[in-house]
Amino acid sequence: MNGVHDMGGMQDFGAVTPEADEPWFHHAWERRAFALTLAMGATGAWNLDQARSARESLPPARYLASTYYEIWFGGMEVLLRERGLVNAAEIAAGRMQEPARPIPRRLDAGNVASALALGASTRRTIPGAPQFAPGDAVRTMNVNPPTHTRLPRYCRGKPGTIVAMHGAHVYPDVNSTGRDEAPQWLYTVRFAARDLWGPHTSADAVHVDCFEPYLEAR
Amino acid sequence: MGHDHDHDHDHDHDHGHDHGGSELSEMDLRVRALESLLVEKGYVDPAAMDLLIENYETRVGPHNGARVVAKAWADARYREWLLADATAAIASLGYTGRQGEHMVALPNSARVHNMVVCTLCSCYPWPVLGLPPVWYKSAPYRARAVIDPRGVLADFGVRLPDDVEVRVWDSTAEIRYLVLPAQPPGTDGWSEERLATLVTRDSMIGTGLARTPEPRTTASP
Repeated sequence: MNGVHDMGGMQDFGAVTPEADEPWFHHAWERRAFALTLAMGATGAWNLDQARSARESLPPARYLASTYYEIWFGGMEVLLRERGLVNAAEIAAGRMQEPARPIPRRLDAGNVASALALGASTRRTIPGAPQFAPGDAVRTMNVNPPTHTRLPRYCRGKPGTIVAMHGAHVYPDVNSTGRDEAPQWLYTVRFAARDLWGPHTSADAVHVDCFEPYLEAR
Repeated sequence: MGHDHDHDHDHDHDHGHDHGGSELSEMDLRVRALESLLVEKGYVDPAAMDLLIENYETRVGPHNGARVVAKAWADARYREWLLADATAAIASLGYTGRQGEHMVALPNSARVHNMVVCTLCSCYPWPVLGLPPVWYKSAPYRARAVIDPRGVLADFGVRLPDDVEVRVWDSTAEIRYLVLPAQPPGTDGWSEERLATLVTRDSMIGTGLARTPEPRTTASP
């Protein structure tokens, strides 16, 4: 989706403003919103790509005006309501009005340490062999899918070179629909910055992690 | 708050017109309300939430990454392992898990400077750096890092010689990148603990350099 979340190369947002001695959270509610997002993510009611898709599908003006934890929280409300896990009246009241729906699992306190240490690998085993190898000349597809993708606009239809192959990983473009993890070979592709931006760049190279369907041989 | 009509985007109104102090208290109320609702429904365990917060506020942070970098500076074999298989080399120090499942280390030098960004969201190697700072998640950084990394570096007060090759890495999949900053001169033979004090968070993202130690003012016998 060509959303406002796809910010690479946009201009006029101003300077980057680092904050000295920045705290982990700036408001008490950010702690709880962060932990709620992780705890609900751990239930399996939705996957990581569905969560990202929900966040980037917030209305563009709202997305740009929100802090990152506001975006996380807004995306979570959408995911909860889409699945009927809560309804709008319950969100307004902060109290249960309909029975809970089944969820795949719940993250209990006793499982937090092991869940954190384990993480959630996206590596998968798939049959066949990767089409490309490091050193291969490729071109990214010129595509504009209306659904979630991890191929940024700034590097579509561009020539690049494979610099690494990372095995097969869950493919966000399909996993975000909830149908299938549809794993695909994952590569790091190096682009000459001038092939992306012409002369208006101070970079020499930009590397993007690209799934095999994003690429064709050149 | 107009939350009682059934439309996914109703919170829009609250955000668009209500800036200033009241916005913060409104978020506080909304998050509290949703938390109590999700607890009542049995979807989340509030004690698990407390542990998640405690983990990311007290255990995980750039001190983890600093230990990785210091070890790579002090130990050539560890550096070689880190560059060949960062996931395993980092896991050997106990840093594993969420947002660090697949790691790659990028060595900076006098010739090459690497900088890491996530233009699409805010992907960041949590086990070694902790949660990302606000600027890393902000539009200015996500927009500019891939087109004007030297301009971003200037915002951080860093100027690189013109002949340094600047390479940007956009974290678009689940590979997470840790920059291995160049070891400051005059630190050969330092202990890993002492070297770690020179490693900043920004030097491991590529928006900064490692600290250069103050020259010693007292002569050693």
